[in-house]
Amino acid sequence: MAFTVTINGKKTSIDVDPETPLLWVLRDDLKLTGTKFGCGAALCGACTVHLDGEAVRSCQIQARDVDGRDVTTIEGVTGEASATPVAKAVQAAWIKLDVAQCGYCQPGQIMSAVGLLTQIPKPTDDDIDKAMDGNVCRCATYHRIRAAIHEAAKTI
Amino acid sequence: MSRQRTYSAVAMSVVAAIVAVLSIGGVGQSLFSEHDGTLISTAKAAEKNSSVADASQLFSPVAAVLRHPRCMNCHPRDDRPRQGDDRHPHLQNIVRGEDEMGFVNGRCTACHRDENSQHSGVPGAPTWHLAPLSMGWQGLGDAELCATLIDKEKNGGKDIAALVEHMTKDPLVLWGWTPGGDRTPVTPPHPQFVKELTAWADAGAPCPATAK
Repeated sequence: MAFTVTINGKKTSIDVDPETPLLWVLRDDLKLTGTKFGCGAALCGACTVHLDGEAVRSCQIQARDVDGRDVTTIEGVTGEASATPVAKAVQAAWIKLDVAQCGYCQPGQIMSAVGLLTQIPKPTDDDIDKAMDGNVCRCATYHRIRAAIHEAAKTI
Repeated sequence: MSRQRTYSAVAMSVVAAIVAVLSIGGVGQSLFSEHDGTLISTAKAAEKNSSVADASQLFSPVAAVLRHPRCMNCHPRDDRPRQGDDRHPHLQNIVRGEDEMGFVNGRCTACHRDENSQHSGVPGAPTWHLAPLSMGWQGLGDAELCATLIDKEKNGGKDIAALVEHMTKDPLVLWGWTPGGDRTPVTPPHPQFVKELTAWADAGAPCPATAK
């Protein structure tokens, strides 16, 4: 079944089973492999993308859910041209504080951080705890993630 | 005179007998103390007590359903939705948010879609969300639960008909009877619950007088 979805600002046609998880549409059909598979059950946050500006778990979103809507992936917030000021601030803070260790969860962490700072430009620790708790990091980089969000907030 | 005296004596005897019976039963004192001491008010009070007992019976099966984890998990008295039959706090630090739909990044719809996910087992139904804090039921006795349920200030302005409609037709409510996966469905079956709910509503949605 054919759907039209705007992905990272570009209108895109996809022809897949309506129940195909968005994660697999992105990775397998569109080759946007920055979004990671972690658990497939909405438990880890590795597959976080934005749907109409709101963070969602792409393993839970089906192709039919995104017809006519805007999807932003990690590729859409890291490109120099497409990145928003918030995304640029997050990227700079992540690099400055050397947040990533193995890095596998970081696309999801960054998408959630961008989502948080877009809605709450000066988050408290409590805001960060609540907004980032759904993103698991096996390397336990949580302290650096928190520091980087505060760092990014200074420049927004 | 003689006949009048006889009638008076009989009447007095009947009154005395009724008072004695009520007193022996421990009911007469409370009935008379609440009212003006006449037999008519005693009868009304007895009727009232009887309807309170009926109310308790009518609301009990409704309360049992409202307390089922499938219902109660989304009617907490704090900001944490619950999960599972053991009603543990929702994983991932999910909280209520300003619109009962979750905080930033932890929105209900980030994971819960219009139907259960066949891929992951994550439950879903249309308009998945928490009940407002004013409709938190956890730990309430029958009387408080009933009073909260019918209070328009707390229930979003619903009258009794709207409450029945909500519990009869709302897809999110109905999901509780067909939750899928290894989740325990609400019991009794929905048609039976609707009968019990309607019986309570048709009786004027009476609430039990005291907490159970």
